[in-house]
Amino acid sequence: MTRREVGDTLLSVDDVWLSFGGVKALQGVSFDVRQHEIRAIIGPNGAGKSSMLNVINGVYHPQQGRIAFRGKVRTAMDPHEAAEQGFGRTFQSLALFKGMSVLDNIMSGRNLRMKTGLLLQALHVGPARREELRHRAFVEQIIDFLEIQAYRKTPVGRLPYGLQKRVDLGRALAMEPAILLLDEPMAGMNIEEKQDMSRFVLDVNDEFGTTIVLIEHDMGVVMDISDRVVVLDYGKKIGDGTPDEVRENQQVIDAYLGVAH
Amino acid sequence: MLALQRNWAVVGLALLLAMGLAGPLLLGLSAPGFYVEVLLGGLMSGVMYSLVALGFVLIFKASGVFNFAQGAMVLFAALAVARMAEVMPLAVAFVLAAGVMAILAWLIERLVLRHLVNQDAVVLLMATLGITYFLDGFGQTIWGSDIYKIETGLPKTPLLILEGLFDGGILVNTEDFVAAAIAALLVLALALFFQKTPTGRALRAVADDHQAAQSIGIPLNRIWVIVWAVAGFVALVAGVIWGSKLGVQFSLSLIALKALPVVILGGFTSVPGAIIGGLIIGVGEKFAEVFLGPVLVRWFDLAGGGIENWFAYVLALLFLLVRPEGLFGERHIDRV
Repeated sequence: MTRREVGDTLLSVDDVWLSFGGVKALQGVSFDVRQHEIRAIIGPNGAGKSSMLNVINGVYHPQQGRIAFRGKVRTAMDPHEAAEQGFGRTFQSLALFKGMSVLDNIMSGRNLRMKTGLLLQALHVGPARREELRHRAFVEQIIDFLEIQAYRKTPVGRLPYGLQKRVDLGRALAMEPAILLLDEPMAGMNIEEKQDMSRFVLDVNDEFGTTIVLIEHDMGVVMDISDRVVVLDYGKKIGDGTPDEVRENQQVIDAYLGVAH
Repeated sequence: MLALQRNWAVVGLALLLAMGLAGPLLLGLSAPGFYVEVLLGGLMSGVMYSLVALGFVLIFKASGVFNFAQGAMVLFAALAVARMAEVMPLAVAFVLAAGVMAILAWLIERLVLRHLVNQDAVVLLMATLGITYFLDGFGQTIWGSDIYKIETGLPKTPLLILEGLFDGGILVNTEDFVAAAIAALLVLALALFFQKTPTGRALRAVADDHQAAQSIGIPLNRIWVIVWAVAGFVALVAGVIWGSKLGVQFSLSLIALKALPVVILGGFTSVPGAIIGGLIIGVGEKFAEVFLGPVLVRWFDLAGGGIENWFAYVLALLFLLVRPEGLFGERHIDRV
């Protein structure tokens, strides 16, 4: 498989500190993400992976540090502003709109790209209708891509876990994000589901050229699909490099084997 | 075993409701014509309850806030229309009042809700209690505290219909009939808006999961303004209809208390629940008053009045016991 060329730095995280009361979740973490790459953040439980993702996505505001996206240093922002700038994300513990159909869930990812006013929408005429149809066509591509055609009208809450994870991915893809943040996409999956998900992640990267940052607890699968890996432990970066480099790193081996600090 | 008992209780309640509905006719307590008349009357007041309950459900779904101020909003809107209609055509006053309710929604989001994000439900409830008293008082400050009239220009004379079908025909109040039709239309329009438009989808998304909704770029603040404005508009319609019927006065804000049993019955998060709950309460109340009352008088030698005042609450209590999530509400299953 020919992979897309990895480009320039898209996102850089510089000396980020985050604490909750006395708990230091992130202590001076720095790394960068390049265009088109698959960048993994791994680490044992409580290493600060989710905190890192939530900082990038604007859920948490770091006490210190800078985050630059496309060369522009950004100030604190809310998640919906992050979304407007091109950050899409999935959730570890599924956060789908359970009462809504698969189609509606994924369509909701197009929300930011819908421009017609409330009044035209309410009347459901002309431009509003055309816009809806255009977005629907795009969403259908995603549904085909994720192989969930059969479940379009099914309320998401009724789908098995593995399929819900796909819908979560689909909703994020519908945003056509510049960076896709995946929060433990393989958590709780069996081997087969993990393989499926790995394939989707690689295909997304390949076909849409989307830059992907993914968090994983489990080293196995991630090492196979990532271009570069950041390793966190107790809020500090202990390793950064290609999967092979990281695998050789003594600190990383210690962290995963549970050597006393 | 427990599930079985629960189901039996639900079946029992359903049977009781069905008996209450069919009883008067089967037991020969009423002539068919009169029965239909009472039924229609119940349905019409039921639609009005639905309308107020709908305001509750919309806000609760989208923000998890139990908006105690819904009744005060009804009164405030009705006052605005009544007083403005004194100097301008009713239609203009109505449109202006809709604008006032939208501004009010914006102010509530800006000044109150925004600062209480992620607080406990109790804190938010207290905040809406505060809004209630503020609106009640502020309404008086601006619009005055007398009883005002809203003249809709509809004939108040009762109408005889279906004379061929029933002996003596059926008496309906034209004004009630039009009001019920308008309320039904509004409910339908809202349902379509929620199901078919992107904004409606965004509203449902927020109702389902705040965090996820934000992550796909739905701004919560804007959604809350829209929801409160829609609830304000619903309150406006309810206020005009009730106000034209009973006069615009403080007691209008108390119909919010009638909407309480309706949302318990229908489920706090269900729009269809609010509608059907309202109809059940409306019909149940009328039936209890008209048919149960005389029975109590004849068989138990009671005074038999005032059933309309408590019936809804007893029904709601029964629902709380056997089906706490309401007819269509989400059932909470907590994993341990």
